[in-house]
Amino acid sequence: MTPTRRQFLIIAGISTLGVVCPSVARLMASRSESAAAPGLKAKRWAMAVDAAKCRADCTDCFTACHNAHNVPDIGNAKEEVKWIWPERFDHVFHAESHARIPEAMRTRPVPILCNHCDNPPCVRVCPTGATFRRPDGIVMMDSHRCIGCKICLAACPYGARSINFRNPRPFIGKLNPDFPTRSKGVIEKCNFCEERLARGFLPACVLACEEKALVFGDVEDPKSEVRQLLDRKFTIRRRAELGTKPQVYYIL
Amino acid sequence: MKLYDRGKIIAGIVIFLILITFPFWYGKGKAVTPPELDLDTPAIQQLADKSCVEDAAFMRENHMKLLTAWRDSVVREGNRTYRAKNGKVFEMGLTGNCLKCHSNKDRFCDRCHDYVGVKPSCWNCHIVPGEVRQ
Repeated sequence: MTPTRRQFLIIAGISTLGVVCPSVARLMASRSESAAAPGLKAKRWAMAVDAAKCRADCTDCFTACHNAHNVPDIGNAKEEVKWIWPERFDHVFHAESHARIPEAMRTRPVPILCNHCDNPPCVRVCPTGATFRRPDGIVMMDSHRCIGCKICLAACPYGARSINFRNPRPFIGKLNPDFPTRSKGVIEKCNFCEERLARGFLPACVLACEEKALVFGDVEDPKSEVRQLLDRKFTIRRRAELGTKPQVYYIL
Repeated sequence: MKLYDRGKIIAGIVIFLILITFPFWYGKGKAVTPPELDLDTPAIQQLADKSCVEDAAFMRENHMKLLTAWRDSVVREGNRTYRAKNGKVFEMGLTGNCLKCHSNKDRFCDRCHDYVGVKPSCWNCHIVPGEVRQ
């Protein structure tokens, strides 16, 4: 018996449903699973540094970061390892600096760190892919792949990278067992507290700052704190003319 | 065919053969007992179901490959959860997960690694719990 036109359409419709439904159900299940994963997520992480709020001689953010990440204190400027540190205004903003900048602004140290560039030169030059840019904008170091060639050190226009000329373990005051140290011959730098974001915490420096001078968030989200600050105030970036598209914004 | 310095050459060859075969005849007849791995830690004692993330046979054979896959997944892809073959979900981590149960690295990891003569470089950076200076 040949099916009527109506029977044929009914059978075709049911078959289509049978094929589509399970795959849709699987898709929904996988989506709910990824949503259930804890941690902060963003399209584009960025930081704003309101240097005007910084207290003189305050080192809270530097110590919080360096304690959290087992950053060694070698005690020797040539072998210094640092993730976030204070620097003189005319060193940070060389082109913007001139003799008539207000005294208070000129003498106040500015906290600086890796800019997590959108167009990072360090990533472009790394021969092993040890440093790479995540889709959410964090420029990461994979110490497992680092061969210590130092090309990224030369490529970074911000001096944000340090190399371990020797085993850093003996120079770490108090080890944080939840974060690895580095070994001799690998590069290290700020990771925007990637390991804390994954657990749902803001970066250590941001939480340590009592003056709320460091603001961190998703710059693509119009409701985020950092975006609202950037919408409201004039900000500058370090050496943006180089085309690196740095994602740390400064209010002076 | 004349062999110059026959005595020296043959003596040299004999000494060379003795030295190169030294490990074989020196160790002949001696059996080195395989290490006994200690699974008796407080964390394992408290487990109702005393099983690792995968079954023991798989772990014995593939733990190094699993750890490499975990490493790449966490660092490169930012994915920190592992779904085992039996559907259980674990957080990936060497010190954050493995060593929480196997808190006796010297009587578990090291015994076997010493026996087979491998030196994993994990501990150059990753901190063994309990090794922390106060």
